[in-house]
Amino acid sequence: MLAYIARRIALALPALFGLVVLTFILSRVIPGDPAATLAGDAATPAQIADIRARYGLDRPIMEQAWVHMRQVLSGDLGNSIFSGRPVSEDIARRLPATLELTFVALLLATCLGIPLGLLAALNHNGPIDHLVRVLSVGGLAMASFWLAIMLQLQFSMEWDLLPLRGRMDVPLGLPPRVTGFLLIDSLLAGRGDMFVDAARHLVLPAVTLALPGLATIARFTRSGVLEALQKDYVLYARAAGYGRFRLATIYVLRNAITVTVTQIGLLFGALISGAVAIEAVFDWPGLGTYAVQAILSADYKALLAVTLVVGVIYAAVNVLVDVAQALIDPRVALQ
Amino acid sequence: MTALRHLMRDPVAAFGLLIVVFAVFVATFAQWLAPFPDDAFESNIMQRLRPPSAEFLFGTDNLGRDIFSRVILGTRSALLVALAVVLAAMLIGVPVGLIAGWRDGWLSEGLMRFTDVFLAVPQLILALALGQLLAPGIFTAMVALALTYWPFFARTVFAETRRLRGALFVDALAGIGAHPARILFLHVLPNAAPAVLVRATIGMGFTILTAAILGFLGVGATPPTPDWGLAVSEARQHLPDAWWFATFPGLAILLLVLGFNLLGDGLRDAADPRLRRSRH
Amino acid sequence: MTALLDIEGLRVDMRGGAQILDGVSITVAPGQIMGVVGESGCGKSTLLRAMLGILPRGATARGRVMFEGRDILPDQAAQARGRIGFVPQDPYLSLNPTFRAGDQIFEIMRRHATGTRADHRAKLLDLLRAVQLPDPEAALRKYPHEFSGGQRQRLLIAAALSCEPSLVVADEPTTALDVTTQREILGLLREIARARGLSMLFVTHDFGVLASLCDAVTVLYAGRVAEAGPTRAVLDAPTHPYTRLLLACHPDRAVELAGIPGTVPPATAQPSGCRFHPRCPQAQAHCADAVPPLLAITEGRSLACAHPEPALV
Repeated sequence: MLAYIARRIALALPALFGLVVLTFILSRVIPGDPAATLAGDAATPAQIADIRARYGLDRPIMEQAWVHMRQVLSGDLGNSIFSGRPVSEDIARRLPATLELTFVALLLATCLGIPLGLLAALNHNGPIDHLVRVLSVGGLAMASFWLAIMLQLQFSMEWDLLPLRGRMDVPLGLPPRVTGFLLIDSLLAGRGDMFVDAARHLVLPAVTLALPGLATIARFTRSGVLEALQKDYVLYARAAGYGRFRLATIYVLRNAITVTVTQIGLLFGALISGAVAIEAVFDWPGLGTYAVQAILSADYKALLAVTLVVGVIYAAVNVLVDVAQALIDPRVALQ
Repeated sequence: MTALRHLMRDPVAAFGLLIVVFAVFVATFAQWLAPFPDDAFESNIMQRLRPPSAEFLFGTDNLGRDIFSRVILGTRSALLVALAVVLAAMLIGVPVGLIAGWRDGWLSEGLMRFTDVFLAVPQLILALALGQLLAPGIFTAMVALALTYWPFFARTVFAETRRLRGALFVDALAGIGAHPARILFLHVLPNAAPAVLVRATIGMGFTILTAAILGFLGVGATPPTPDWGLAVSEARQHLPDAWWFATFPGLAILLLVLGFNLLGDGLRDAADPRLRRSRH
Repeated sequence: MTALLDIEGLRVDMRGGAQILDGVSITVAPGQIMGVVGESGCGKSTLLRAMLGILPRGATARGRVMFEGRDILPDQAAQARGRIGFVPQDPYLSLNPTFRAGDQIFEIMRRHATGTRADHRAKLLDLLRAVQLPDPEAALRKYPHEFSGGQRQRLLIAAALSCEPSLVVADEPTTALDVTTQREILGLLREIARARGLSMLFVTHDFGVLASLCDAVTVLYAGRVAEAGPTRAVLDAPTHPYTRLLLACHPDRAVELAGIPGTVPPATAQPSGCRFHPRCPQAQAHCADAVPPLLAITEGRSLACAHPEPALV
């Protein structure tokens, strides 16, 4: 198993390396003269030359690429053009908000999606099955930002049940930062009120973000279970006298779920994308709003750093997914 | 033809096709169908934010423009953007997949690793980064979307080509001395076409959604273009009072994407039994 | 001697009109090994599935399946499962690849065997030794893909025996295996059945297997019994034209290798009268009209044919 994990990580490295190269190309080639961009519109040629020398932009391109690579590997993503702070600091401060939102959404999607898919498969062509199919197709067709606004309109503005935006009510302040996850930090601080408030703020964004994932997971679980039910070993297990419930849930689901788990990995990418739009709607202080700010302020350093960080997280999630799959189905590690 | 008949027998897929055909119809005749075709650009401050009525079916927006007309006019740009993006992505992805699938060795390896790099980041993030660097606007957004979607075509065609390369008839053609290019374009490509078509249909839905997100975030279409994503974004400042302003453009996105997704699903079932796995 | 298993007039219909089995009767005495033969599509597997209560959706079974003095057909199949062991056709596909082999068998025992988990473990280890699986302790912890085909079939035989059944039904348990392994598995089955006094219902299409293992045989054709009797007698002097043609197809026995013209009719379009008449060399005009009843011809033998081999009429 350890060998498998090592092999899987090794497989992810070339793509990440390529991503670093790609971000470098994007940052140096496409925007024209980065020194001129950095210096601003009113800069004199002397100022531009000065900046060019200061940032090493007058060096040969391969040398610049090498410097860029070293910086990235040491965690130095450069300074934000907008705030002047190191981009890595900005990202570290905002990443937990996005991760907390994404994890909760993923958890929701998985915990609801798998039982729904299973129910649909066991009720093949029945009313529950049709309902789940409609839900799964509709869930994937909905624009996340629109759903977010519709939910805000109903639950926050109309009925005043849930907070409209942010991670926590301002008067409450914030719990001492340990993990950056408000749910965990508020518990660590022993503040039940903060926990409840953070949870209430999470409901709408997490539900919105979870819906496409829920749809995908339900759909793949459904088809996975339907396929597994056709297998000889299910027939054998029935003939040998397995319990009905046990057969339908654990015995079949374990096989069906390998496909679902792969989907969860792919979903993570969709979740991060969705998070960008949803964070914008709910003023969620995460990577998404950071990326949008970076766009509006033309902060290409920050934007490329976000791209890189998301790429690394994405790769890590996919390695995790493959490992989980190998744990569920021992044959995977042998391929 | 059998595929089409199979498709029509599946009511869900037929419904998807109906939506898509309807959308194409609306987009084509938008100028005549919209009650106020000039509202694409003209504003009427006097009648701003009117709720839905017989005159303005979907109400009016913050500049007094008829939302019903703007939703109709928006259909055209949504479809055109998606079509252009998918075609451009196909133009890059299909040859890459064909070459990488047909050849062995460093070229094939290199191409697929290059494809992996683009798949290493979620599309929206990459599209945002690209869109920003190229200066925001609808054209940039389209370029960015095409540049992030082609790897999916490359992957699909790569897999199909690899499968067909091992097929007997391809061996037979090579045996009688057919030119590789001839085999690829006359024999392999047509066989890969169903998979590409399915990918393209699903890509249409996906692109409409992503383009709407870009529009919403202000990196896509620019005012006063009648764009659905942009309209939802503009509507935010007028909530909760002008609920109709945000609701109807969003519904239009939902319906059109739904149409393409249902059609894509049905096509997958009809075109190729091997792909039927994902739905029963 | 009362029969352990007495199937009487078993009918299986599919929704949509297909008739898979039509009035099949088979009797198995305690300790007897009964073979069921026929071409593919004759209803052999459906017979087993009806007995085990695992008919596909849309299939309904009528008639009686008396097992240990109770009719298990309506809804008792589940209760009888522990008493009926099942050996499936394909050992490669019949074990769930994601669970350890031992756990899959323990699950069956948990439901149908008496005693504690520790008893089950001891019992299963004994059985694994009896089926000659090397290193039983380690085998329990292995996943199915870590076994060879023959070993998996041994595992499945042990699973079939795990709840101390009085009857074992086997669905061509050796067809998926190579020839040497086939022979070993057959030997093992014979030995186990004799040693434990088990009855067995053994579905096969291989007369070699039949001759070496079974005491009696029932020949099925298109959902009906064509003929039945002691294995020796039937193989030496087949009376039904179908049996004779089947035997003639078998390379070990045939003087000259013949085929049977035509194919088994689809279950939706069964011919009238005797179902074999379109393919039968002996067929006469009235074979298409009257269904030949299954009649006893000599001690222990029965036949459903209007024009059997003359010597026996």
